[in-house]
Amino acid sequence: MNPQEPARARPGPAFTLTFDGREIAAVPGQTVAAALWAAGATSWRTTRRAGRPRGVFCGIGVCFDCLVTVNGSPNQRACLVPARPGDVVRTQEGTGHED
Amino acid sequence: MSDSLTCDVVIVGAGMTGAACALYASRAGLDVVVVDRGPVAGGTTGAGEGNLLVSDKEPGPELDLALLSLRRWGELAGELGDRIEYEAKGGLVVATTPGRLTALRHLAVAQRAAGVETVDVTADRLRDLEPHLAPGLAGAVHYPQDAQVMPALAAAHLLRASAARLLTGRTVTGVLRGTDGALRGVRTDRGDLRAPAVVNAAGTWGGEVAARAGVHLPVLPRRGFVLVTEPLPPRIRHKVYAADYVADVASDSAALQTSPVVEGTAAGPILIGASRERVGFDRSLSLPAVRALAAGATSLFPFLAQVRALRTYAGFRPYLPDHLPAIGPDPRLPGLHHACGHEGAGIGLATGTGHLIAQVLSGKEPDLDLTPFRPDRFPPEAR
Amino acid sequence: MRTDLAVIGAGPAGLAAALAAAARGLRVTVLDSAPAPGGQFHRQPAPGLAAHRPRLPHDRGRGWRWLRDALAASDVTVLTDHHVWVVEHGFTVHALLGPEQRESVAVRAEAVLLATGGYEKVLPFPGWTLPGVVAAGGAQAMLKGGLVVPGRRAVVAGTGPLLLPVATGLAAAGVVVPALVEAADPAAFLRHRRALAAKLPEGAGYAARLLRHRVRFLARHTVVRAHGGRALTGVTVAALDSGGHVRPGTGRYIPCDTLAVGHGMVPHTDLAETLGCRLAGAAVRVDDEQRTDVPGVWAAGEATGIGGAALALAEGHIAGRSVAARLRGTAPDPSTWARAAGTRARLREFARALDAVYAPPAHWAEQVPDGTVVCRCEEVTAGAVREAARDLGAGDPRTVKLLTRAGMGWCQGRMCAPAVAGIAGCEPAPSRRPFARPVPLGVLARQHRDATATDDATGEGAGEATDEGTEEGPS
Repeated sequence: MNPQEPARARPGPAFTLTFDGREIAAVPGQTVAAALWAAGATSWRTTRRAGRPRGVFCGIGVCFDCLVTVNGSPNQRACLVPARPGDVVRTQEGTGHED
Repeated sequence: MSDSLTCDVVIVGAGMTGAACALYASRAGLDVVVVDRGPVAGGTTGAGEGNLLVSDKEPGPELDLALLSLRRWGELAGELGDRIEYEAKGGLVVATTPGRLTALRHLAVAQRAAGVETVDVTADRLRDLEPHLAPGLAGAVHYPQDAQVMPALAAAHLLRASAARLLTGRTVTGVLRGTDGALRGVRTDRGDLRAPAVVNAAGTWGGEVAARAGVHLPVLPRRGFVLVTEPLPPRIRHKVYAADYVADVASDSAALQTSPVVEGTAAGPILIGASRERVGFDRSLSLPAVRALAAGATSLFPFLAQVRALRTYAGFRPYLPDHLPAIGPDPRLPGLHHACGHEGAGIGLATGTGHLIAQVLSGKEPDLDLTPFRPDRFPPEAR
Repeated sequence: MRTDLAVIGAGPAGLAAALAAAARGLRVTVLDSAPAPGGQFHRQPAPGLAAHRPRLPHDRGRGWRWLRDALAASDVTVLTDHHVWVVEHGFTVHALLGPEQRESVAVRAEAVLLATGGYEKVLPFPGWTLPGVVAAGGAQAMLKGGLVVPGRRAVVAGTGPLLLPVATGLAAAGVVVPALVEAADPAAFLRHRRALAAKLPEGAGYAARLLRHRVRFLARHTVVRAHGGRALTGVTVAALDSGGHVRPGTGRYIPCDTLAVGHGMVPHTDLAETLGCRLAGAAVRVDDEQRTDVPGVWAAGEATGIGGAALALAEGHIAGRSVAARLRGTAPDPSTWARAAGTRARLREFARALDAVYAPPAHWAEQVPDGTVVCRCEEVTAGAVREAARDLGAGDPRTVKLLTRAGMGWCQGRMCAPAVAGIAGCEPAPSRRPFARPVPLGVLARQHRDATATDDATGEGAGEATDEGTEEGPS
C-alpha cells in the first residue's frame, strides 16, 4: 500500500529526477530522501573510512547520515532538501568532495 | 604518615609538556608520578593544533629549543609514528605584499644562519606547493622542517610510553618541605606525594602551582580560537600561514589579533587559527574572533568560502611576559623545577623541554644554556 | 530586522509562547528550520502532497488546528526555513536560510525564548549502521512529512512512549510490523500506575491498534543484532532478565527490511549552552516562569526536559506571559497562569514516571562488541573508546573524544554522546557546541567584512592585507 492512500493525499503531478543516472519519480512536497525511499532506495552515501553504505537515520536533520550530492553540491541532507524537477542526485563517496 | 618516598619525581600536569618530561625522566632511570587536577590533555594540549614549528621563531633561545625539540620529535615519530599522527608536512609562510615578502626573506636569512632549512618560493611557484592558494600573493618561504602531531594523542601516548604512574583528577594544593626548607614533594587533595623533585608542567595553571609553592611565576592565559571544518580530501598540504603571524606571536597587545593559519589534518578537517587576546579564562564564543579567522582563511584559500565550519573551540596559551618559557630548577626553592609558559608553541617545544628537564634531574649538564629560561627572572609585582 | 521577542522553534512550546506574548502586545518573531510550523510533534505533510487526512493515529488533530488557527489570527511573524546557528548576547539571532544554508540573516530581539525541542537517542548494537535501520522518530518524521516508508516489513524496537505511535503509524501506512520490541519491564508500569493512570485510555487505544495490525508486543526484549550486508535483512531479538542482561538462548531471528529503533529523547541545548545558560542534567535549567539563569533568555518545551507536547504547550504559555510582563518591566502574577502551572506540575510528574518506566537495558554498554561502530560519523568503534578509557587515561567524554575522534564529525556527537559516555564508563557531560549547525566559512568571512566596514569609515575591507604592517594595539 502507498502510505499516501490512508492520508488521502492528492499530490500535484509527479515529476522526475535522476538518482545515479536512473530516472525516478517524485511528487511535489517530497524531500530528496522521501523521493529516494519511494523509489526503493535506502542508501546513497558511503563512509569515508570503511566505505560503508548509509541513508536516512534520524530523519530530522540532526545526524547527517543521509548526506548526498544534489546537482553537484555535496553533503546536502537528503531529509531536508526538497526534491525538484530535474534534480541530479548522486551517491556520495567519502567526503563528497573531489580530490 | 610514612616518610618513605612516593617516587623520584612528581610532575604536575598531564599535558604535552608533562608527558614529555615524564618520558625523558623515566628513560633517565627515574621513578615518575604524573599528577593532574583534570584528565590527560585536558588543558591547552587538548585545544591546540599540534604545531612543531621552527618557521615562526626568530633566532635566539626559543629557536634553539625548537630545533632540539624537532630532533627529539623525529626520533619519537619512529617509535610512535601513526599513533600520534606525526606528519612532517613542512610549513609555508606566505607574504601578501612585496614589502612583507622582503621582511620575511630577511627573517629567513637569519633563521638559516641559526640552522633552519628555508627555501624561498617565488610567486609563480606558489601553486606548485599549494595548488589552491589565492592568486596575487607576493611569495613565500618554505620551511621543510615544520611538522605536526595530534597533540592529545601525543600526550597520551608519550605518557603511556613513559610507564609513569598517572594520577588524574587530583589537585596539587601545596608543597611539602623538609626541615632544611627544601622541597620534599607535593600535597594534593587526595594525599601527599613525597619526592625530592617536583616539576611544574601545569601550563596556564603553572603560575598558580608556583604560587602554591610560594614562588612568583607570572603565567597568563592568552586566548585563541580554532575553527574546524567539515572533512575534506587532502587539499592543503602544508601548514600555511601569513607572514603577519610572526609579528602577532611576538606582540604584547591584549586586544584581539588574528592572522590566518591554515592546515589540513590526517583525519580530514582543516584547522584554522590563529587568534590571540588576553581576556582571562573566558571560554565563551567570540564571534568577532572566529569571523576574523574565517576571513583570513578564505583570503588565503578562496575555496574555503564554500566549506562549512563544524565547530570552534577556545584554548588558553600559557604566556610569560617575555614570550619565553620557564625551564629548569628554581633557585628560590631547591627541588622545584619548572617546565611551563610555552605560550602557543608548547607541543613543539615539549620534547626539548622534557629532554632538558631530565638532564637537570639526573644531574647532567643540559644540552642548552637554561639562563634565558630561568624561572626567577620576573621580579615580583609591587603590591 | 528587529523584534521584541525572538522564539527559536515553532513546535508546541514555541508557538504557545509566541501566542501568549503576542496577545499581550509584544512583537514576536518565531524562527524554525522546517518549511512549515508545527515542530516534530505537529509535523504536517508538505503542502504539495495535498493530504486530506494528514493525521496519524496519535494526533487527534485538535491541538494542531487550534495552534494553526490562533497563529493565523495573530500578529506573530513566522520565519520558516531559518536554521538558527548561534544567538549572540544582546540579542542577535543568526539563521542560515533555506535548504541551501549559504546565506545568514540576523534578527535582533530584546528577549529570546529557546523552544528548540529534542532529538532521539539511539544506543548502538551490531549492525545499527546498516541502511534500513532508522531512528524510530526518523521513520515517523518521514511518514508524517513525506508520506513515505522505508520498506515493507519493519520491526520497531528500543524503549519509550514514542515506539507505540511509530509502530501503529507504520502499520496504518501499510507496513507489516511483525514485532514491537520494548526493553521496559511491564512490572515497572504497575509500580508507577498512579502517575500513569491518566494515560491509560491512550495506552488501551494503542493496544487495540497493535492487535488489529497483528503487531506482536515483546516486552522486556531487546535487539541484539541487525543483520545484512549492504542493507538490513533481519534482526535478532532476545529476552532480558530482571537485571537487564540478555537471557542466553532466547535469541530469535525476525526477517525485516526496516528497523525503527529509539531509546528516548535528548534535549537540544546547543544555543542555550553557547548563551551561557546553566543546565540541569541534560536539559536547560529554568525557574517557575521558564526563565533561564541568563537575563533575557527563556526556555520551554523539550529543551527544558523531555515531557511531550502537552507539557510543552503549558510551559510555552507560561514563558510567553512571563516575557510579556518582564519586557514591560513588571513582575508577572503567577496566579493568572495557575491552570497552566497545574498542568505543568502534573505532566512533569507524569514525565518522571515515564522516565522511570522506560529505560534501555541496564547492561546495554557491556553488550556492545569491540568491533561495533559507536560514532557513526567518524566510524569510531566501541573497542577504540574502551582503549582510550582503559589504556590512555581518558576518564571523561571530552578526553575520549580527543583521543578517538568520537563526536568530532558532522553531527558533533549529537548521535553518539550518550553511547560513548556509557561505553567509556564515564558520566555524560555537556558537549559545548558553539555552532548549533555547520556554518559556511564564507558566511563568517562576510560578517567580518561587514562588521569592519561599519567600524572603519574608510571602508577598507578587513580581509584584504595592506602594506601598513601589523597593527600593534596598546600594550
